[in-house]
Amino acid sequence: MSGKLKIKGDPNDSIRGFLRHLLESGKIDGVFALGKTGKGLNYLLVTDKEKVDELYPLFPFMPENAANLLSRLTFSGPLPGKIAVVIKPCELRAFVELVKREQASRDNLVFISPVCGGVLDFVQYKNDALEKSVPGYMKSFAKRENAENIRPTCRACEYFIPINADITVIPAEEACEFYLNTDKAGEITKGAPGDLSDGELDEAAFEPLMGSRKAEKEKLFEELKLEDYGIKGLVEVFGKCLGCHGCMSVCPICYCALCAFESKDNEFTPPVFESELTKRGGLRVPPNTIFYHLGRITHMGISCVGCGMCSDVCPVDIPVSSIFLRSGDAVQKVFDYLPGKDIEEPVPLSTFIEDELTEVED
Amino acid sequence: MATDKNNDFTPNIIGFLCNWCTYTGADLAGTSRLQYPPSILPIRVMCSSRVDPLFLISSILRGADAVLVGGCHPGDCHYQKGNYYTRRRFALLKKVFDTFGLESDRIRLSWISASEGPRFAQVVTEYTGKIKELGPNKYAEEVFL
Repeated sequence: MSGKLKIKGDPNDSIRGFLRHLLESGKIDGVFALGKTGKGLNYLLVTDKEKVDELYPLFPFMPENAANLLSRLTFSGPLPGKIAVVIKPCELRAFVELVKREQASRDNLVFISPVCGGVLDFVQYKNDALEKSVPGYMKSFAKRENAENIRPTCRACEYFIPINADITVIPAEEACEFYLNTDKAGEITKGAPGDLSDGELDEAAFEPLMGSRKAEKEKLFEELKLEDYGIKGLVEVFGKCLGCHGCMSVCPICYCALCAFESKDNEFTPPVFESELTKRGGLRVPPNTIFYHLGRITHMGISCVGCGMCSDVCPVDIPVSSIFLRSGDAVQKVFDYLPGKDIEEPVPLSTFIEDELTEVED
Repeated sequence: MATDKNNDFTPNIIGFLCNWCTYTGADLAGTSRLQYPPSILPIRVMCSSRVDPLFLISSILRGADAVLVGGCHPGDCHYQKGNYYTRRRFALLKKVFDTFGLESDRIRLSWISASEGPRFAQVVTEYTGKIKELGPNKYAEEVFL
C-alpha cells in the first residue's frame, strides 16, 4: 500500500483534524500522543474526540521516551482497542526493540511518526514554546537544516525518517503530508479529510539534512575521543556522577525489573571494603560508578537508539547519551545491527552463527 | 615493555572455567603433573555462557591483571549452544574495551576441551607471559572508580 494524504493547516492542527476524524469514524478507539498538562507536556492516552484538542502530537519535545510508556501499557497484553500512536522515529525504534525483548506488544497499535527534525531541550520547555521556540525550529526544518538547541544526539541522528511506521508525516507550516506505508494505514484513512493521491515519500528531498547529520555525527565522535579515555578518562568524565541512576530509569532499553546495579549484590561487604582499601589505600564512596556505566553499555548498548533521554535527565550534565551513541554504534557494527529496523530480526545476543567472530576466540 | 621490575611479578589471572571442558582440562593438566605458572585463580561455572560481561569488568576494575574465560570448543558445548552465546558476548565486551581505550588484551576467551590438559597448561603459560609483558593492572591503584 502506498498513498499520500495532504491536509491543510499547521502541523498540530492538521494531525489533530486527522486524529479526530479517525476517532469519529470509529476506525480507532484512542490516541496516544503528546499533550499539554498544566505547565508541562506529557504523553496522553485519549478516547474522547473532544479531548483531541488538548493534544500537540507534533511538538518537538520528548518529556519521556514513549517506548517506555508503551511498554508499561502493553506489557501484560495488547490494549483492548485500536490505538493510534504518534511518536518520534527513535521512540518507535526503541519500541520495536522492546517488542523483540518481549516487553511490549505491537498488536492493536497504529504508528504515526513524523520525519523528525530532532527534539528541543525539554528542561527549557515553557508553555509559550509554541509561539517562541517552535517557529524557529520549523523554519530550519523546512530548509532541511539542523535547528538550534536540539539535543546533541539529535544533531547526529541519521535515522530521522521513521522505520516501521504505518503512517509517515512530513510536518510543514501550511499543510502536512501523510504517507500511508501499510495496508492498515490505507484502511483507516479511507474517507479522511484532505487530498488523497498516489505518491511515496521522497527520501532524496532530505539529503541536505542527512548530510549535515552525518557531518555532525562525525564531529561529535571526533570531539568525544572515546578511544583516548582509558581508565583515567572514565574517572574524569564520570567523576561528577551522583549515582542517581536517572539515565537508567529513563532509558527505554533498560527494562529489567531487578536491575543488577540496583541490587544489594553489588554493594561492597565489609571484607570487600577491607581488601579494596588494602590494595588502594582509598576508595570513592559509594564505589562502582565506572562499573555501573561500563556495565550498562554491555547490557543495553547493542539496542541503544540514541534518543538522548539520559543526557536530558543527567543532573550534572555528563554527556551520557553522546558516549552511549558512540559506544553503541561501535558494538552494533560488530553484529551489523541497527536497533529497531526489523521486528523479526533477533537481538544479536540472543542468537548466533556457528562460524563467526574467530578473531576473538582461540 | 618488560622491565626488571616486572620479572618477579606474578600476574593474578581470574579464570572462569566451564565445568564440562576447561575445568576438567585443568584437572587433567594437574593429574598429568604438567607444570604451569601459579598465576590462575580458577572459578568453576557450569557453562561459559554463565559469565556475564559484568564479571569481567568487575574483575578488571577490582584489580585482577587479566581474565580468562574457558569453554568447550564450538559445537561441543554440553548444553549444545552455550559457548556460541559466550563468544558473541565476549566480542561485544572486547569492543567496549577497545572503544574506551581500555586494555582489551587483559581479557581472553579460549576453547579448551576436557582432554586438552597440555593445551590448558600451554594457554596459561603463554597468557601469563603476555600479561607479564603488559605489567600489573594499573586500575588496582585507581581510587575513584
